[in-house]
Amino acid sequence: MSDHKKEIDHVTGVETTGHEWDGLKELNNPLPRWWVWVWVVTIIWAVGYWVVYPAWPTLSGHTKGTFGWTQYKELEASQAEIFARQSQYLDKFQAASYDQISGDPELYAFAQAGGRALFKNNCALCHGSGAEGSKGYPNLNDDDWLWGGTLADIEHTIRYGIRSSHDEARVSQMPSFGKDAMLEKEEIEKVVDYVLSLSSDEGSAAYAEGAEIFANNCASCHGEDAKGGRDFGAPNLSDAIWLYGGEHEDVYQSVFNAHAGVMPNWEGKLDDNSIRQLTLYVHSLGGGEGVGSAVVEEVSQEEPVLESSPDASEPSQDSVVKETSIDASAEPSVEGVPVATEAATDEPADK
Amino acid sequence: MLHHHAKLERKSVIMLLFIIVTVLIGGIVEIIPLFRMETVIEPVKGVRPYTPLELAGFNIYIREGCYNCHSQQIRPLRDEVARYGHYSLAAESMYDHPFQWGSKRTGPDLARVGARYSDDWHVAHMIDPRAVVPESIMPTYAFLMHNEAKLSDIGEHMKVLRMVGVPYTDEQISHAYVDGVAQAHTEDLDENVAGFIERYGEKVNARVFDGAPEIVSEMDALVAYLQVLGTMVEFPSAEPVSADQKE
Repeated sequence: MSDHKKEIDHVTGVETTGHEWDGLKELNNPLPRWWVWVWVVTIIWAVGYWVVYPAWPTLSGHTKGTFGWTQYKELEASQAEIFARQSQYLDKFQAASYDQISGDPELYAFAQAGGRALFKNNCALCHGSGAEGSKGYPNLNDDDWLWGGTLADIEHTIRYGIRSSHDEARVSQMPSFGKDAMLEKEEIEKVVDYVLSLSSDEGSAAYAEGAEIFANNCASCHGEDAKGGRDFGAPNLSDAIWLYGGEHEDVYQSVFNAHAGVMPNWEGKLDDNSIRQLTLYVHSLGGGEGVGSAVVEEVSQEEPVLESSPDASEPSQDSVVKETSIDASAEPSVEGVPVATEAATDEPADK
Repeated sequence: MLHHHAKLERKSVIMLLFIIVTVLIGGIVEIIPLFRMETVIEPVKGVRPYTPLELAGFNIYIREGCYNCHSQQIRPLRDEVARYGHYSLAAESMYDHPFQWGSKRTGPDLARVGARYSDDWHVAHMIDPRAVVPESIMPTYAFLMHNEAKLSDIGEHMKVLRMVGVPYTDEQISHAYVDGVAQAHTEDLDENVAGFIERYGEKVNARVFDGAPEIVSEMDALVAYLQVLGTMVEFPSAEPVSADQKE
């Protein structure tokens, strides 16, 4: 830092700062006046902001500002705006029964629009964006229902879930016939052959032994005719629709280990109107039973059914079997195997 | 005034002193309120510290960099509340160290992902995200099935968290390993599970999360963690907005 004597640049007549780099000198021009004024104004603006909006932390909270503005009030206001816009339908929808809604094309279209959005947001992750389902997650476009396809049935399933933690959930458990040694492996083979023959062209006549095993072990839930039982969510085994795959090996696994798919309860996560809109939407997808199906033809606009992935992985099958001490008194010796992973993705932020 | 400033700029020691004073003021204003955190976080019923298994899952979540693509903060905006549910409350992440709020959403927000999808779905999704969400760009995490969850030192993690204010009890810390295993192994361990539930409350999830009871895998831990996210506080579903959950 040099002691600076005033030096005037002879070309511009402006004082220099006295700094010099390889013969180049810096002019000490003042800041543009407009810039300085903008700067001053922003400072004044900030002071006003502190007064009007919540700004400064204090020892017991923060300054609230003269407007009493909060994000939460702003959210309520913006939601109120939407609810007000919807209220011409929502009020009627709330009070109407499913019968009434199905008979009122305008109300029905409202429910469809809401249901479609809710489905995409909450249900499509498992059931697919076209409700086509995948392995372990039922297709909702067909009329093959595990727990029933009337509006009341569908609402119950959505509201309380299947094997969810809710007290009202639909619950059933198929025995693990193989794992729990209730049937010999040969017996399972035979009953699988019989079950598969029910939906084949050749017929089941050749599988008398399997039929007997079926009658003794399976018929109580799946029915004498294997057409399923909705009281237990027991699937119809005489059609060609398979939730966990229809190959011999798939069905064998299903009998050996048994499946118990879980659907969460949506009560407590979605409000009543949302659940009822979803019910009407799912009911309209193609398989709805009872009231409401008459209107479907006129109003519903079917979404294109996306291709489902045929081989949704079956998590329980490919785990590593490894013994581990789970004795409370045992010295903990569990050591995670280090695995090098690059988890970061370089996807653009605006995805 | 501007000329005085020029003098200041030419005296390095004085300049340094002024810089220190300015930074100190800024620092004090930012830091002092943090010592009075309880005035900022409104207490909310139901929020509890993570169980040992959930904590192991939380550690995996950080290790794998899930926060690079997923936030855990539902902002009080109409669209977010409509999509994800009630906006996040400060108390819901008060025991997260470090918190996982984030602002980068390549994937969806996970603040309320708990109990919305089945364990099977989470496992299938980790093993191959495209199997259940065809348009997903998430990497696969199938290896989590084969790694044992690191529960051997989870009690030490809990001790450290207690130092920064997470209210783990001595009993919870001394039973950390047993509780961690019990949460994912409900069979044959009734007494351990009972003790675990006694220590963490009735609402806690205790089951085989990954469908494979042979080992307590990292998948068990991560799914246990994901399934508890956003479920500790019960919001009245009839009122989508209000947050009168204060004790």
